[in-house]
Amino acid sequence: MGGGIRKLGSVAIDVVWQLGFIARFFWLILVYSGQSFTRLNLTIRELYFSGVLSLLIILVSGLFVGLVLGLQGYEILQRYGSSDSMGTMVALSLLRELGPVVAGLLFASRAGSAVTAEIGLMKVTEQLKAMDMMAVSPIARVVAPRFWGGVISMPLLAAMFSTMGIFGGWLIGVVFIGIDDGAFWSQMQAAVDFRYDVLNGVIKSCAFGVAVSLIAVFQGYDCVPTAEGVSRAITRTVVSSALAILALDFVMTSFMFRGL
Amino acid sequence: MPDPLVRLENVSFAYGERTILRDISLSIPRGKVVAIMGGSGCGKTTLLRLIGGQEKAVGGQVQVDGQDVATLGRDALYAMRRRMGMLFQFGALFTDMTVFDNVAFPLREHTDLPAEMINDLVLMKLHAVGLRGAARLMPGELSGGMARRVALARTIALDPMLLMYDEPFTGLDPISLGVIGQLIRRLNDALGASSVIVTHDIQESLLIVDYIYFISEGKVVAEGTPDEIRHTRDPFVHQFVHAEVDGPVPFHYPSDDYAAALTGGKA
Repeated sequence: MGGGIRKLGSVAIDVVWQLGFIARFFWLILVYSGQSFTRLNLTIRELYFSGVLSLLIILVSGLFVGLVLGLQGYEILQRYGSSDSMGTMVALSLLRELGPVVAGLLFASRAGSAVTAEIGLMKVTEQLKAMDMMAVSPIARVVAPRFWGGVISMPLLAAMFSTMGIFGGWLIGVVFIGIDDGAFWSQMQAAVDFRYDVLNGVIKSCAFGVAVSLIAVFQGYDCVPTAEGVSRAITRTVVSSALAILALDFVMTSFMFRGL
Repeated sequence: MPDPLVRLENVSFAYGERTILRDISLSIPRGKVVAIMGGSGCGKTTLLRLIGGQEKAVGGQVQVDGQDVATLGRDALYAMRRRMGMLFQFGALFTDMTVFDNVAFPLREHTDLPAEMINDLVLMKLHAVGLRGAARLMPGELSGGMARRVALARTIALDPMLLMYDEPFTGLDPISLGVIGQLIRRLNDALGASSVIVTHDIQESLLIVDYIYFISEGKVVAEGTPDEIRHTRDPFVHQFVHAEVDGPVPFHYPSDDYAAALTGGKA
C-alpha cells in the first residue's frame, strides 16, 4: 500500500517536472523566435519540409475521407429522404472535426516524427553542441524555425484536407450517385457559417499545430543521444501528439459547439 | 612568465554522486599546444566542457583570458565562445550543409561581411586544411579524416584565441592522423592561438605538443614536456606510454576474490 502511494507520488512528481520543463522550453522558443522571422529563409525551409512535403499524404487522405463520407452520408441520408443535404453533412464534418483532427494526426506522423528524428540525430552527432560552442543558440537556429514551420503549415494543410474531402464528397454524391449539383452546393452554402464552422475549425487546427510542433521539437531536443533514444523519442512524438490532438479536440469542441 | 590563457585552480566536478574531477589545477600558456591525456572516462572531455562553459565546476575556478567562466552570463559566455574554437571527436559537421556552408556558418552568424569576402575567407580556410577542392561536397561524401579537416577549417573560421580538440585522432588511418597532427601544430602557430588537445594517442601527441598533463581518477598524476614524459619513471606514465596491459591502471575491473567467486558459484 505504502509502496503504491510512493510510486504514484513519484510518477506525479515526474509528470509535473516534465510539464514544467516543457513550459520553460516553450518560453525559450518564444523568446528566441526573433530569428525565425528576421531570417525568414530558415522558417521557409521548414515550411517546405513540414508543409509542402506533407501535401501528398494530406491531399490523398482528404480525398479518400471525402469519398467515404459521401458513401456513408448518402446511405444514411436517403433513409430520411434528405440526400440533398449531403453537401452540408460532408462540409460540416470536415470543417468542424475531421479536417483539423485527421490532418493533425497525419501531420504528427509525417512531419512531427521527421522533425524529432532530425533534431535527435543532430544531438547524437553533436551538431547542437557544436552550434552552442560556436556561440549560436540551437533553440534560435534549429528549434524555433522548425516550431514555426509546423505551426504555420498545420492550418494550411487542414484547410487543404477539408477542401479535398469536400471535393471527394461531391465526386461521390454528384458525379457517381447523381444528387443535384445545385442542391449539393446551395445547401452547403446555406448551412455552413463562416465564424461558427470555418473559423472554429481553423482555431482547432492552429491549436493542434502548436501542440504537435512543440511535442516534436521537445522530444527531439530532449532525447537520449543514442539510436535507441531517438527511436523512442519519435514514438513518443507520434503517441503524445495523437493523444494531445484528441484531448484538445474534445475540450475545444465542448466550448465551441455546445448547441446553446 | 606571462599570464596563461587558461587556468584551472583546484577544480572539482561531479555528475550527481559520481565525482569526475578532484581538485585539479593546470594551466594552458599562450601560444602553446598542451595535451591532456588519460584513459577513457577519466574526465578529459569534461575538462574541455568546463573551459568552454558547457558545465560549471562544483568547486574551484576556471579562468579563460582572465575571466571566471562560471560567473559569465549567457551573452558574455557567447562573446567568449566566439574567441574559442572546438573540434569535436567526429567533426560534428552540419549534415544538411555543404562543406563550404559549414565553414561559412560561423562567419555568416557572427559577422556582416559581404558574400564575396566570406567566399574568399572560406576558400582560404579550406585551402589551409587542403580541402579547397571539396568545397561543394556534402559531409556524407567525406572520409573520416576529411570530415575532421573540414571541421578544423570551421573551427578556425573566426581566428580564435583558443582551440580545443576532443579526441582529434580517434578512428583515423595513419596518414590522416599525421595530417591532422601537423595541421593542429601549424594552425596554432600561424594563428598565434593556444591549443588544448584531449587525447589518448600518446605517440602522435609527443610529436606536436609543448606540454602534457596526465589525468587518472580525476586528478593530475603526471605532467611534463614530451622529452620529460619519454624519460619519466612514473609507473602510470610508463604504462600509458608503453601501452602495458597491467600496472597502476589494472586490467581487471574491481571484483570479489576470484577463487571465492568460482567456489561460491557467483560472479
